[in-house]
Amino acid sequence: MSVGTSARSLPGSGEERRHLIVAIVNNKPGVLNRVASLMRARNFNIESLAVSVTERSDTSRMTLTIVGDEVHVEQAAKQLYKLIDVLKVQDVTDDSTVEHELALIKVRATKRSRPEIVSVAEMHRAKVVDLGDEAVIVEVVGEPADIDALVELLREFGIKELVRTGSVVMSRGSGSIEEQVKR
Amino acid sequence: MAEPGHVPGAGSSAAIASERARREMLRDARVTSRGGVRPRIGADALCEAILLQGSDTIWGYPGGVILPLYDVLADHPGLRHILVRHEQAAAHAADGYARASGKVGVCLGTSGPGATNLVTGVGTAMLDSVPMVAITGNVPNALIGKDAFQEIDITGITLPMTKHNYLVRSADEIPYVIAEAFHIARSGRPGPVHVDITKDALMGETAATHPSAADIEAGLPGYRPKVDGHPRQIKLLAEAIAGAHRPVILAGHGVLIAGAERELLELARAAQIPITWTLLGIGVIDEKDPLAYGYMGMHGWKHVNRAIQSADLLIGIGMRFDDRVTGNVRTYAPKAKIAHIDIDPAEIGKNVVADLPIVGDAKHVLDALLPLITKVDPAIRTDYFAELATWRTESEGSSWHGSGGFRDGVLSADFVVDRIAAGSGFDANLTADVGQNQMWVARYGAFRRPNSHISSGGLGTMGFALPAAMGAAVAVPEKVSWAIAGDGGFQMTLQELATVVQERIPVKIALMDNKKLGMIRQWQEIVYAGNYHSEQLAGPDYLKLCEAYGLPAWKVSTPDQADAAVAAALAEDGPALIWFEIAERQNVYPMMPAGKGLSDLIDKWGDDGEDVTEGDAGPRLDPMHPTEGGPK
Repeated sequence: MSVGTSARSLPGSGEERRHLIVAIVNNKPGVLNRVASLMRARNFNIESLAVSVTERSDTSRMTLTIVGDEVHVEQAAKQLYKLIDVLKVQDVTDDSTVEHELALIKVRATKRSRPEIVSVAEMHRAKVVDLGDEAVIVEVVGEPADIDALVELLREFGIKELVRTGSVVMSRGSGSIEEQVKR
Repeated sequence: MAEPGHVPGAGSSAAIASERARREMLRDARVTSRGGVRPRIGADALCEAILLQGSDTIWGYPGGVILPLYDVLADHPGLRHILVRHEQAAAHAADGYARASGKVGVCLGTSGPGATNLVTGVGTAMLDSVPMVAITGNVPNALIGKDAFQEIDITGITLPMTKHNYLVRSADEIPYVIAEAFHIARSGRPGPVHVDITKDALMGETAATHPSAADIEAGLPGYRPKVDGHPRQIKLLAEAIAGAHRPVILAGHGVLIAGAERELLELARAAQIPITWTLLGIGVIDEKDPLAYGYMGMHGWKHVNRAIQSADLLIGIGMRFDDRVTGNVRTYAPKAKIAHIDIDPAEIGKNVVADLPIVGDAKHVLDALLPLITKVDPAIRTDYFAELATWRTESEGSSWHGSGGFRDGVLSADFVVDRIAAGSGFDANLTADVGQNQMWVARYGAFRRPNSHISSGGLGTMGFALPAAMGAAVAVPEKVSWAIAGDGGFQMTLQELATVVQERIPVKIALMDNKKLGMIRQWQEIVYAGNYHSEQLAGPDYLKLCEAYGLPAWKVSTPDQADAAVAAALAEDGPALIWFEIAERQNVYPMMPAGKGLSDLIDKWGDDGEDVTEGDAGPRLDPMHPTEGGPK
């Protein structure tokens, strides 16, 4: 028996979509583990994660893609912020950004199919970076959706291996998340 | 072959370091003889750093790799080391020490099992936001990762249950890391910080100086807790309070941590708002104050939960709307706007949607709020307060408490808690264990002073009471420290009887023995249709046990013996135990079954000593899939 008729809404019952989170972290051993462990413990699923050192050698930049609704992702960002080694977190999903990913795709090739593969690659502004008798490696840099499309096209030739870096993202314009880190 | 033996990669620098480390694990490590001047080593820096941070007690247990610290402890006489009987107790004692005093608790264990034994206590502190620095030794640097004797990846283990953790590999790092660890442990939302130190770091000579507080803050760009609430939000809250007809304050542990009890009372008085509290919020207000309305939640007072369900404005301060507080969120306080003040931004919007979020320290936010509050004429609240008073009378009257319910000579638990609290002048620190005893302490402890109630709320760690009460007794020697434990929890950490006797820690232990795992039995009765399993708990003859440990003890089986036993235990200078043989089948009521809402309390009060029999259990309620028609 409840007192009222209207049910209280729960946090995070909104629409799920893919979010891009940028985190500036201390470049120290174990920080990646802290981030990964937190996401696992709090039940957030990381779709992709790219990490590298920034212009300053003492900080690294992580780009995480997480699927969830606004509240879920906001909670992930807040939890990330609680890590002492996390200096800045930003959800850039709705910002104007350049989002790129690199993929290497090793495609089965024969003498006959090779020119066709090369032309598919060129049409998608991809490069053939290794040319063998039985396989070619295609390298592509671009938005994840473009890479998905190329992968689909190459699938008919047979993909032997596929590696993707995960998205890296940068906001357009003069703003800099790294400069926002308070020191 | 020139090199004898079977050294992998013999001759390489890694192999040489590892051989040296292996030898160091065994050799006599003392740097110089007692008489001579010895150099300052990492272990000295550690002791100095702890003292500089204002902590004077270490709860610990030695072991191989931490021995360099024990080798220098006597040279730091300001630091008291208390030898426990199990590292879990060291962590709980540091926890009780911190909760009772507000200082940072320090516990210590060696590598491997010493460290893993600390983990339960560290997790307990994490869930309850208790400032603690847990220190462990580790094998020498060169042996890390080699599965050396008593080596385990303890920083990997404590990572998800600490506010922060460190692996210290050199003596020079120790002063800075310890200062930073204390700063992180006590500031913002407090929590445990774990520092793992290799044996060679403890033994290494160092001239490293201790950093200033400013150095530490400047070195933590990623850690700037926000203490001041947003002025616009605070103004909105003042407006919401001015417009509310049925406001209720939900006060939590954050009020106590911030030391905002006075500000809380000022707010309640100015705006005429009743104060309710969470388990860890007990003590935010003197329970005798007219604006103190009571303890909320799953086993809270029915009148309190009713007030919350009928409120039009809930002001949550330093609490986190956890499941024991809200029950089913869908049916929680359906008419109320929720204002939520907490220093941890991640708590806001986590469990309930906050209509009015304010991130900040409770004291800072209330300080900023108070000048904006329009003083409310109590006459405006006449009807509201009259209704609350009626509900309160009904709900308290249906409880055994104060109604002479300890009938037929049966000793009821609520009566025992009441006599302990009254016998100690309502001024003692009461540390509860987990289960029924914990709820009885929360409901009937009649707390009048901040930080006088100590309880493992978030993690719900059985075995907590005795070691945490030791910590409270050492931290606040001027107050009586009671450990109130069930026979289940007591049997988990009763080895600490030896500690309290050896160190003469004057803990008074109230053993609430119903020869059951009482809360398990209660759930099996109510939720699992009387399908009892593993709830019967045999125990020793506790008088003989205490005799063996050298501890004065009394047995109380009827209500008339209670006061005399409490007085006798309090008259002892040292530790003492009272064995209360309480009713075996008393339940904690009301009770909100899991998955249900605050309006769905089971409120069944017995009319004799044994309130419910196994044959009278009612229909089965599945805790995961509650259905209608359960016992109401």
